[in-house]
Amino acid sequence: MEKQVVVIGGGVAGMESAARLAELGIKVILIEKKDDLGGHVRRWDFLFPDKKPAYVIINALRPDIEDMVDARYNCEVKNIQSLNGAFNVNLSTDDNLKADAILITTGFDLFDATKKEEYGYGIYENVITAAELEEQFMNKIPIRTASGKIPRRIGFVHCVGSRDEKVGNEYCSKVCCVTGVKQSMKMREAFPNSEVFCFYMDLRMFGRYFEDLYKEAQEKYGVQFIRGRLSEASENFDQKVVVKLEDTLAGKPLKMTVDLLVLLTGFVPSEGTRKMIEMLNLDKGDDRFIKPIDEHLMKNHTNVPGVFIAGASSGPKSIAETITDAQAATLEIAAFLRKNNHHDKLGIYYK
Amino acid sequence: MGFDLFILPFTAGLIFILGYFVIRSLIWIVQLDRDDKMKFIKGIPSMATLKAIREVIMESLLHRKIFRTNPVLGYMHMSLAFGWFLLILFGNIEAFTINPGTVHPPYYPIFLRFFETATDFKGAGLFLFLMDLFLLLVLSGVFLALMKRFRSRSLGMKKTSSLQLHDKIALYSLWIIFPARLLAESFTSGIAGNGGFMTGPLGEFFASFLPIGKLVYPAWWIYSLSLGAFFFTLPFTRYMHIPTEILLIFLRNYGIRTNDRYSSFTDIEVHSCSRCGICIDPCPMTAADVNTIQSVYFIRNVRQGKLQPLTVQNCLMCGKCNETCPVGIDNYALRMIKREAFNNEEKNKYDYIPELISDKATVAYFAGCMGQLTPSITRSMEEIFRHAGQEYVFIDKNESICCGRPLILNGRNKEAVELIKRNQDIINSSGARLLVTSCPICYKAFREEYKLGMKVIHHSEYINHLINNNLISLNKSNQRLVFHDPCELGRGSDVYEQPRQVLKSIGSLIESEQTKNLSICCGGSLGNSVLNNSDRHKITRFSLENLTTGDPDRVITACPLCKRTFAQVADDIQISDLAEIVALSLVKSAELTPEEEKVMAETE
Amino acid sequence: MINWGYTINKDSSIDYDKNDRSLFCSLVKKEPTLGICMACGECAATCSASQFTTFSFRKTILLVQRGELNGLEKEISKCMFCGKCTLVCPRGVNTRHILSLLRDHLIK
Repeated sequence: MEKQVVVIGGGVAGMESAARLAELGIKVILIEKKDDLGGHVRRWDFLFPDKKPAYVIINALRPDIEDMVDARYNCEVKNIQSLNGAFNVNLSTDDNLKADAILITTGFDLFDATKKEEYGYGIYENVITAAELEEQFMNKIPIRTASGKIPRRIGFVHCVGSRDEKVGNEYCSKVCCVTGVKQSMKMREAFPNSEVFCFYMDLRMFGRYFEDLYKEAQEKYGVQFIRGRLSEASENFDQKVVVKLEDTLAGKPLKMTVDLLVLLTGFVPSEGTRKMIEMLNLDKGDDRFIKPIDEHLMKNHTNVPGVFIAGASSGPKSIAETITDAQAATLEIAAFLRKNNHHDKLGIYYK
Repeated sequence: MGFDLFILPFTAGLIFILGYFVIRSLIWIVQLDRDDKMKFIKGIPSMATLKAIREVIMESLLHRKIFRTNPVLGYMHMSLAFGWFLLILFGNIEAFTINPGTVHPPYYPIFLRFFETATDFKGAGLFLFLMDLFLLLVLSGVFLALMKRFRSRSLGMKKTSSLQLHDKIALYSLWIIFPARLLAESFTSGIAGNGGFMTGPLGEFFASFLPIGKLVYPAWWIYSLSLGAFFFTLPFTRYMHIPTEILLIFLRNYGIRTNDRYSSFTDIEVHSCSRCGICIDPCPMTAADVNTIQSVYFIRNVRQGKLQPLTVQNCLMCGKCNETCPVGIDNYALRMIKREAFNNEEKNKYDYIPELISDKATVAYFAGCMGQLTPSITRSMEEIFRHAGQEYVFIDKNESICCGRPLILNGRNKEAVELIKRNQDIINSSGARLLVTSCPICYKAFREEYKLGMKVIHHSEYINHLINNNLISLNKSNQRLVFHDPCELGRGSDVYEQPRQVLKSIGSLIESEQTKNLSICCGGSLGNSVLNNSDRHKITRFSLENLTTGDPDRVITACPLCKRTFAQVADDIQISDLAEIVALSLVKSAELTPEEEKVMAETE
Repeated sequence: MINWGYTINKDSSIDYDKNDRSLFCSLVKKEPTLGICMACGECAATCSASQFTTFSFRKTILLVQRGELNGLEKEISKCMFCGKCTLVCPRGVNTRHILSLLRDHLIK
């Protein structure tokens, strides 16, 4: 009987893994709740460190999906039951799929910035999120203030909704720092007469070439980095945003008026990820993302045998890491389907 | 007249307790502040005395307030107090009926069945019945009291106060008294046949298999000893509340209160606490699993002189214990007094605040320091002012100085003096006639500590005024709204109705179970400087659960601190300030914006 | 922004070996969150007193951690106790309690 894998979530992780599984001769059904593949990457402009356009990733994977994978759009998973060592997946289209293994790639949502009321998102017209900025870049919309003027001063706020006990997200979302650096460079490029500031707590330049990017931002683009966490933003009589923070390195409070304030919002587990956790009774970490059995050797295995994870559903990741993670999941799923439990011996070391 | 040695423990105890209480009361009254003494003297010949007597009957005997907390609990307290009172009263009446015209020693009616075995006096049948009935009443109370110690939930109390050794001795003596009386009277009845509907049959029952002849005398001894033990320990235990509460009721009816120092009246309040523990469940800190600081324990510590700083500081100052105390002790004031006592004298340090002059306007708006963290509220207020066409000055739009109440709440009121003065000058410099504030904490500070040359109202009162005078118009919908009464606005300032009137103009108002003066603190209170965040969140969730039981669409509050605190834990319900929802519901003017005009032109 | 023209440290460097960290050690037992500050400065940014003085709660914690107690007493007396710092701290440091304890310790 041919083995069948159901991949839930058609973002980059789901696409990569579905394509690689199909290449191995495994039948794959990919479930996507929207009308097209790509997830968040659809609304992304360009990627670091090599500045390739984001659509390149999606276009690279799309043909494989179209040729080899049974992709179902505009549908969601309603219910999953275990069935003699396999699973029965019940969809919102009332189809029932048999799955010998399930891969969860439901990913993340962005933190809702209205929860940080004091930053004024949704209240002041010149406060936007980094995702909105990125989408404007992608659609080649010229960046302007709400009243249509060219911004002379732009501020980027790091750690919005991350590392913040007050909104219930104490973890770091990892990729926002480099996104902020990237976007600030693009703003300086677009507006050579502007001043661009990054208000950060720690600069997490974790990847290869990221440190070079940071240096480039300072050296070539003149982006200014101020270490301090915003306590509040308020609005001027002419709708400019006044930010208040402590310049911790100078040891003094700092007040600044900017034309545009960009909030680098962090990752939260998506609605789909939360649903999957509840539906399958998956372990989750304190950060509410899915928890794999082992953080080193079994990163794609969940506590439910046959249910695998890849991508941001198990925590914030960059696109590069997501693709690697999806490839790793493919290998693990294939091994599982061959009944090769090569990591069982981990149990010996785990007392 | 009858006499026996066994009456001595009781009589000695009685003389001791009466003497102790009379002397103690005299000391208390003599040490009252001069104003309080005047009130006392003026009060005695007035109507207040009659009111006090009525209150003593209603509360000290019948425990009406406790019945409202839980009927079974009320019955338990009432049956013990009232039943015992009736036994004494009718015991005396019966003794007088048997020997009219004679003056009995006080022990005589207590041990009447021992001394009088005749059953042929006038009304004997009635008395025998009544005395047994009252005894049964008290015994049912003793039974419930026993049950409360072991299964408190059945009496409506999740937690009951923990006891120390001397409390236990008094408690056990109290429990022994009436069963001992039952046995003594039953044994006597078994021998002499002078029992009622309960003691009669019981006496016969015991006579059938026990050597009651030998047991009867020890039984009376035990009865007397337990009474004596109770009386001797009473002044040093919670049972001091029995006589002290009566004194408290009289003084309170004469208008005497605890203000801001530990007066003689305060000491009387402290000794009136019966340690009933009814304040424990309503205290929000119980929801955070903090069980050592509730008012009952606080008062005990004050009485024993063993007050720890942490007990004093680890309190939200929400005032709920005042609402639920059946004795009406002003726990809030007491805690405040102790907070002030625990703080070092400090020189005022707020001389760095510059003299700022505000712009002038007839109406001034003060958002408070929290205003900058909740811009949605201040924006909404500004929109409301504009919509009403009211010229106003937003005093702390750019810089805010704390109103000083957080210092005061923590007993640092001497320090707050300079702060208040400077803030006061700034507000007064606006020349306004009306001050509107959206923060109840500031509101209470302005009303109690500030000398402002203008009327001060909370924004809920202001908005209500605007609606009543048709200065703003609102769209009404069916959305279900529940109002959370902030501690400082509701219990703190008696503003309950105005926010509700406003909400009725916007949607459908529903009430939570614990509402108005019984509302549960959000947990964010600045009154507690010790509590950590995760414990605060437990309180917030507990409070939110109470608000959402009626399945509202939105939770409305009128305090920026409450709003922020609830928003931190509310995942699936929207929390809004009153100003925000009013601003959302404003009927917008019929004029089109330039954008809308363009669209209209294009479609034609 | 009023600049009073003096700094908290008279010395130009921190001699960690010589500094007395016992205050920090005793305080962190009473209020464990003293140890989890990440020095983001949000407390100082929102502080009511920071508009008019050099008082910075972030700096206060830092100096206590290092054992640099000179002049600390004067700085913490500027605090209005309004509680905004506790409301914004992303690490959940119980700032008001720490300040209260510091005052009791330093101001006799």
